[in-house]
Amino acid sequence: MKPYIRPMPRDWWLQRLPYLSFMAREVSSIFVAAYVVVFMVMLSRISQGPEAYQAFLASLESSLAIFFHVVALAFALIHTLSWFSLTPKAMMLYIGENRVPSGLILGSHYVAWIAISAFVAWILLN
Amino acid sequence: MANNAPNGTIRLEIFRYSPDKGEEPKFQTYEVPFREEWVVLDAINYIKDELDGTLTYRWSCRMGVCGSCGMMINGIPKLSCAAFLREYYPKPIRVEPLANFPVTRDLVIQLDDFIGKLKSIQPWIVRKDGEKPVSEGVYLQSPAEHARFKDFSMCINCMLCYSACPVYGLEKEFLGPAAIALAQRYNMDSRDQGRSQRQEVVASHEGIWQCTFIGECSAVCPKHVDPAAAIQQAKLSSTIDWFQEVLWPWGGKK
Repeated sequence: MKPYIRPMPRDWWLQRLPYLSFMAREVSSIFVAAYVVVFMVMLSRISQGPEAYQAFLASLESSLAIFFHVVALAFALIHTLSWFSLTPKAMMLYIGENRVPSGLILGSHYVAWIAISAFVAWILLN
Repeated sequence: MANNAPNGTIRLEIFRYSPDKGEEPKFQTYEVPFREEWVVLDAINYIKDELDGTLTYRWSCRMGVCGSCGMMINGIPKLSCAAFLREYYPKPIRVEPLANFPVTRDLVIQLDDFIGKLKSIQPWIVRKDGEKPVSEGVYLQSPAEHARFKDFSMCINCMLCYSACPVYGLEKEFLGPAAIALAQRYNMDSRDQGRSQRQEVVASHEGIWQCTFIGECSAVCPKHVDPAAAIQQAKLSSTIDWFQEVLWPWGGKK
């Protein structure tokens, strides 16, 4: 009696939305990493003085650089939102006999995100 | 009974495989009476009784307790006793054996791999010095201690989570969601002392570190066991173990 082994299709991740969003989350890390590289180059240019920094800023005005930043921003948002949505699974918190509801864990992450972003914006704008 | 009367039909496309014939599997189509209160398992039982006695599948309790009637229903692992025809009507329903497992015949899959993995995590209470005699009474546990593992203990070994897990589909040596959730169920039990024995399997390369946190195991679980949470929890405690062993030489090994 020979069992039948079904092959796993190469495009398994295209066949269901949850798998596709998992792949989007994985791919997003590449764009986040690429943006970090751009950011580090920027820091290094700043350390080299105002002219180097101005030249770096000018190089970012190309349509390719703007396109990269828009795509990187989109993937950074996917990265953040998809990981936030998993936090209630990773954080098993209990109050007495009751598990802290996932909405509360998720909500507090968003509150913290907004508060920290507002603080950073406040520093930059002042 | 008025609501029991057939109200048109619904088409089921069922995966057929016969190991003796040496043929490739195929889909066979059956027209089944559509009834509001019928689930896919009722429709398959109707096929077996009225249309084609050769159809092979597993089932027992038909009420979401035994965990034996798991099938791929339109590509999603479900208990066929909990999937109502009315959720799909009037579209046809495609029924396949649970994904990621070898198929013995038709909708029946081989369980051996899962059963072996389940045993390997010692899903029972382990006491270092053996269990105390019955005359000494039971091991006491508070409701708060019980709440820590109650959800994980609801697992009915239906293996839907293995079918939903692409990591298991690609890496058959992966210990898998249910086995890890059950390991965690005993690790979190205040009466148990077997965690370090289970860690050899759970924290191995084939264990929790294979998981890439896709989360579909929890999404398909009919008992809300949340294996994805159990795996992340086990990753966290194994990471704490590692830090204790490396940075805390006097507090590490138990």
